[in-house]
Amino acid sequence: MADFNFELVSPERLLLSERVTEVVIPATDGEMTVMANHAPTMTTIKPGIVTVKAVDGTTARYVVFGGFADILPTGCTLLAESAVPVGELSRDVIEKRIEAARAELEHSSADEHKTGIEQFISEMTALNGIVVAA
Amino acid sequence: MPSLKDLKNRIASVKATQKITKAMKMVAAAKLRRAQEAAEAARPYSQRMSAVLSNIAQAVGSDDSAPRLMTGTGRDQTHLLVVCTAERGLCGGFNSQIARFARDHVRKLLIEGKTVKIICVGKKGFDILRREFASLIIDRVDLREVKRVGFENADQIGKKVIGLFEKGEFDVCTLFYSEFKSVISQVPTALQLVPAAVSTDVAAADTGAAAIYEYEPDAGEILSDLIPRNISVQVFRALLENVAGEMGAKMSAMDNATRNAGDMINKLTLSYNRQRQAQITKELIEIISGAEAL
Repeated sequence: MADFNFELVSPERLLLSERVTEVVIPATDGEMTVMANHAPTMTTIKPGIVTVKAVDGTTARYVVFGGFADILPTGCTLLAESAVPVGELSRDVIEKRIEAARAELEHSSADEHKTGIEQFISEMTALNGIVVAA
Repeated sequence: MPSLKDLKNRIASVKATQKITKAMKMVAAAKLRRAQEAAEAARPYSQRMSAVLSNIAQAVGSDDSAPRLMTGTGRDQTHLLVVCTAERGLCGGFNSQIARFARDHVRKLLIEGKTVKIICVGKKGFDILRREFASLIIDRVDLREVKRVGFENADQIGKKVIGLFEKGEFDVCTLFYSEFKSVISQVPTALQLVPAAVSTDVAAADTGAAAIYEYEPDAGEILSDLIPRNISVQVFRALLENVAGEMGAKMSAMDNATRNAGDMINKLTLSYNRQRQAQITKELIEIISGAEAL
């Protein structure tokens, strides 16, 4: 199967840069699977799980908290706000984030901002469910 | 003329100081290496970010859908200055350099009749700017407890800036920090955050601007998602450069201090020996003249 270069970058470091055959990205408009020779696409991503299938057939899963992806026929770059391998993430981290968002919700006044936070909370709650199941 | 005992004490105390400065220099050197590594690790993200940003900015063009964070409010009255300095001193002119640079900027704006608001990141800058512009400082961010600057710290500052912008608290936002050129040279820099200055030429060339992208959701929406993120990334970069710069400045300051202490010890030892010799000579003369008198 054709492979392509996938990079997972967080502001702090480059997490992953390798040849892969398939990547599943939690895009804002729904999950999408990226394979080689994908049409050039730019998409924002929501908090979720990125599944990476490497050339040797092994899969790795990472939890990302929002960001965006830049997809080209020859490669794919995922710029995540923060990313961790699934195994290293505990539920506490997510719950802490949800709590922080709830606190922010109570303090904010702008409606638009509120909707944003509410959406974030629901996404995080969903993610929490996925991680627990995994 | 200080007595022999005084000199001895002074030499001992300078030696103790030298030991401290030497240790501080070595600590700074170790931290500098780590800070440089962190700055390097963060580079791919910000490079990618600016490349993508300029790509989209081209696609969106300058139509009305562009977010206000990018186009600005259309006014130029209220300026917000985010001044990033270190939390600790003993690093040569590092903090005062940034503060002086920011102060000149504030004075210029005030003369032009603009309103100025200041957010201080780091204790030292706050201490310096408070003397002159205490009434202009609206907020300060304390990173004293932070061992290692993470993206969350920068994100908090970025969110604060965006929150203020949405409330219409300012029109133009400028970030002040020190660019890390090398261990011995850090250059105070001003970077305009809002309205976002997106370069549309350099970065676009190497990412293959010819590629026609599909945007999902549409380009305008991605852009309005990216711009706030970009502000945080810029702040993050500034903080990392600051840490590296601080450590570099501290290293050379402490190196100088160690060398000065060495010079001082040499000088003091010389006068100590000279005085000791003089005393011995004096005693000898006394004995000999006493013997001759007999």
